[in-house]
Amino acid sequence: MRSLVNRVGVAAAAAGALIPASVYAAAVEGAVQKQATNYSAIVMFLIFVFATLGITYWAARRTKSAKDFYAAGGGITGFQNGLAIAGDYMSAASFLGIAGLVYTSGFDGLIFSVGWLVGWPIILFLVAERLRNLGKYTFADVASYRFQQTPMRTMAACGSLATVTFYLIAQMVGAGKLIQLLFGMDYLWAVVIVGVLMIAYVTFGGMLATTWVQIIKAVLLLSGASFMAFAVLAKFGFSPEAMFTTATQVHPKATGIMAPGALISDPVSAISLGMALMFGTAGLPHILMRFFTVSDAREARKSVFYATGFIGYFYILTFIIGFGAIVLLLAPDATGAYPFLDAAKLAAAGGKPAPAMIIGGSNMAAIHTAHAVGGDLFFGFISAVAFATILAVVAGLTLAGASAVSHDLYASVIAKGRASEHDEIRVSKITTVVIGIVSIFLGIAFENQNVAFMVGLAFVIAASANFPVLLMSMFWSKMTTRGAVLGGWIGLISSVTLLILGPTVWKSVLGNPAAIFPYDNPGAFTIPLSFLAIWFFSITDNSKAAQDEREAYKAQYIRSQTGLGAEGASAH
Amino acid sequence: MKENAQRILANPKFQELVQKRSAFAWTLSIAMLVIYFGFILLVAFGKGFLGTPIGNGVTTWGIPVGLFTIISAFILTGIYVHRANGEFDELNRQIMEESK
Repeated sequence: MRSLVNRVGVAAAAAGALIPASVYAAAVEGAVQKQATNYSAIVMFLIFVFATLGITYWAARRTKSAKDFYAAGGGITGFQNGLAIAGDYMSAASFLGIAGLVYTSGFDGLIFSVGWLVGWPIILFLVAERLRNLGKYTFADVASYRFQQTPMRTMAACGSLATVTFYLIAQMVGAGKLIQLLFGMDYLWAVVIVGVLMIAYVTFGGMLATTWVQIIKAVLLLSGASFMAFAVLAKFGFSPEAMFTTATQVHPKATGIMAPGALISDPVSAISLGMALMFGTAGLPHILMRFFTVSDAREARKSVFYATGFIGYFYILTFIIGFGAIVLLLAPDATGAYPFLDAAKLAAAGGKPAPAMIIGGSNMAAIHTAHAVGGDLFFGFISAVAFATILAVVAGLTLAGASAVSHDLYASVIAKGRASEHDEIRVSKITTVVIGIVSIFLGIAFENQNVAFMVGLAFVIAASANFPVLLMSMFWSKMTTRGAVLGGWIGLISSVTLLILGPTVWKSVLGNPAAIFPYDNPGAFTIPLSFLAIWFFSITDNSKAAQDEREAYKAQYIRSQTGLGAEGASAH
Repeated sequence: MKENAQRILANPKFQELVQKRSAFAWTLSIAMLVIYFGFILLVAFGKGFLGTPIGNGVTTWGIPVGLFTIISAFILTGIYVHRANGEFDELNRQIMEESK
């Protein structure tokens, strides 16, 4: 670690990259430069932390009611919400994970990006305005609108918590790896810092603080990634063809990186992954929650438009950055050395570079690339931004998880709607602390998994448990509580079971010789299964309650279409 | 509220709004699904095509096809928001006005 920073520091200083000479005037020794490097990264990160804690303080003073806490008072504009949604989506997993995936597999990374993006238009066309018109704080408000509260909310809350947990694991792993590399700090410490800060943002500042932390980070990340992609392309005279040519020359897979490869090994995997990514987006509780922070359906639509633009742009940048990593990390520098590859592994392979030799693992490809294009200062900036990204996303996830517990489980199921706002918020804050502590432990347990895959797991659950119930509750008048609850549970249990029996967990995590279920993504099976179960258990339900629920569809329908009686923005 | 609801349901403009908006939303959804699953099916069955270089270079057809999918998502959302926030919202405003 030290030697890496030293060598790169020397190389960057020698090349006269971005750093003003005066900063290094007195620093001749590599060791001193290393301190300077750490210093700039830490300072930038601390500035972010203090700024966001300041916002949290400001938000805490304005957060009084439950509506303030869960939905930022409903006063966020479409553009702001678009940035915040994009921020939630541009997680460390998509930034570090996709850049890492492009770096190791080339084109395959683009398949993930595309899948992650195309859920957005579907959310806009079919879900966004109905969701905004019907809901209050959580997607369970919408899913349970005309149904029996206790079973529906219990099921929806469990779906939310399962999704949030897998997503959180990915974020915590990203945080740990990043800080190991950047500060040379223990993995454990990094995970603890993230846990503590996210508890602070959410418990004190609620949704208002969480949204603004996300907006600031989205702007920083988009700016940083734009600069990186620009710098990479500039090295090739802005000719992607020239960049691809060099990449195929230095990558061991050669022209294989320009075509779909081994990552998607068969049609079932490809379609399964596609379905999970597309429909999973529409079932992520922390994203769905953002639609309640704007004043009406009109602003909700605008948020999706802006979010789709920012996310699409960001994924194009990530693809370029991934190729930048190939051409910069796998090619020797001016002195013939490979400063970003593990020297021992390189020597063992007879000096022939391979992507797997990267220091810190493939998730660090984007960070090393930042170092290569922008020197120590920019390396510090991107590291700080990546850490900030993790913080912002975990805050959003934690708020979604805590709302599922306090608003759905506590207020509706346990207290049967008789809990005061004050109690509900208190339960939410306690849950936030618990989720913070649990995620620290999970982060430690899952240290060695690829983070992009972990997010994929969260998507399968969201697509199989949350999405079918949400969609059918809004579109199908004949759905009943029984159908929705059984369908939701079947989707949740089948996706979790098949995930555990699949290669990612059964083979890689649990160390069994072969997976029982052959596919990494069970989405192609579990999503239709869930829809089928909702349909079957609804049409066979002839109870009186079921009849009433079908009758109630009309009123729900009018509200979902026109916004009549929908939650507005709060007074202040 | 209940009376309001009856008046809204009976309003021909409400039927018009719902029909037009649903048809538009489903058309665009299907367009997106066709584009995306077309891409995924190419990944699954047409690896050869996506891996074919354009002309004599190394850039393959997979790159523009992937980029097209990303950009089409943005354009489709733009088309929907333009019409929904204009035409459909105006219609909705009229319905709400008349139901008072």
